[in-house]
Amino acid sequence: MIAALICVISVAVFLQFFVSYSRSIIAAYRKSDLSEQVREVVGIEGQNVSSDQFGRLVQLIRLCPQKGDDQTDLKVVGVYYWMMSALRSTARTLAPRVTSWAERERADCAYFVAVALDRRIAHSRDLLAQQMSNS
Amino acid sequence: MLGPLDYVLVLVSFVAEVYVVARLCISKNSLRYLSLNIYMLATVGVTVGQAIVWNRFGVSSPVYAYVYYYTDALLTISLFFVIMSFYHQIFQQMEVGKYVRWASVFLLSATALFSYLVVRQMPSHNLTSRFVVAMSQNLYFVGVVLTYLLWGAVVKLRETRTRLIQLVLALGIFFSSDAACYALRNLFPGLEANFLKWVPPLAGTFLPLAWAYTFTKISEGARLETARVALPRMAAHQHS
Repeated sequence: MIAALICVISVAVFLQFFVSYSRSIIAAYRKSDLSEQVREVVGIEGQNVSSDQFGRLVQLIRLCPQKGDDQTDLKVVGVYYWMMSALRSTARTLAPRVTSWAERERADCAYFVAVALDRRIAHSRDLLAQQMSNS
Repeated sequence: MLGPLDYVLVLVSFVAEVYVVARLCISKNSLRYLSLNIYMLATVGVTVGQAIVWNRFGVSSPVYAYVYYYTDALLTISLFFVIMSFYHQIFQQMEVGKYVRWASVFLLSATALFSYLVVRQMPSHNLTSRFVVAMSQNLYFVGVVLTYLLWGAVVKLRETRTRLIQLVLALGIFFSSDAACYALRNLFPGLEANFLKWVPPLAGTFLPLAWAYTFTKISEGARLETARVALPRMAAHQHS
C-alpha cells in the first residue's frame, strides 16, 4: 500500500518536474527572434512556428554542422515534444483545454528548434567566412 | 556481470561529477554552492570506492551490495544538505533558515525511525540489508517531498534565478525517478531484471550532467520568469 502510494506520487511529481525542466530550457530560446533568412528557408511567416514543422526542422538541423552546445537541449526538447504529442492525442476527446495547452507546448518546441537552426546557420556562415579569409 | 552500458554510465557520471567540482572551483563559486560541491566530491569518492570493491569482490558479492546500499543512503542524506542550502538561498531574505534546518533534521530522523519500525515487523534473518533497502526507498521519497516543497516555494516567491531553478528541477527529476523505481521494485519485483535496474544509474548520470549543463550554460545573473516554467495551475496560483 505504501509502495503503491509512493509510486503514484513519485511518477506524478517526476512528470511535473520534467515538464518544468523542459520548459526552462525552451524559455531561454523563446527570448531570441528568428532571422529573416531562417524564416525564408523554413517558410515561416511572422515569429510563430507551427508545431507540425518540428519534424522538418529537426531534419534540417541534422544537415547543419554541429555547434556543439545544443545537442543536450535538442534531446530533452525532443522527448518533451513526443510527450506533448502523446498527451494531445490522448486528451483530444476528454479535455480540450489540455489539448490546446499541449499544442502550444509543441509549437514552443518547434520554435526552439527553429532558433537552434538559426544559430547553426549563423555558425556555419562564420566558419565559411573564416575559411574564405584564411585561403 | 556488468555490461558495456554500465561502464559507459559510470564513466559519464564520473566525468560530469569531476567537471562540476572543477567548474565551481574555477568560477570561484565553490563557497556559494558548498554543499553541492561537497556532495559531488563525495560521489566521486563513492564511485572510486565502489569500483575498487567490485574489482576485488565482484559485482554480485554481498560486500558490494552492502557498500552500494550504505554509500547510496549516505549520499542521499548528504543530498538533503544540498536541498537545505537551496532552501537557505531562497529564504535568505526572510530569515527562516533556522526553522528549515530543524525541520530537515526532524524529517530525516523520522524517516530513519519509520524505516526501522517497518523492518522490525518483518520476520527476517537479514534485518540489516532489509533496513538499508527500505530506508533508501523512504529517503528518496523524503527527497521528493522536500524538493517539491522547495519548488513550491520557488514558484510562490517568484524566484527568478535561472541557475537555481534548473538545479532544483534536476534534483526533483533525480529524486522522483529513484523513488518511483524503488516503489515499483517493491510492487513488481519481476521488472527489476529488465527495466528497473537501469533507472538508478540513469538518474545518477542525469543529475551531474544536468548540473554540469546548468553551471556551463546558465550564468549566475541569468533570470527567468517562473510563470513560464511552472505548470499552468501552479503559475495561476502564483498570480492569485
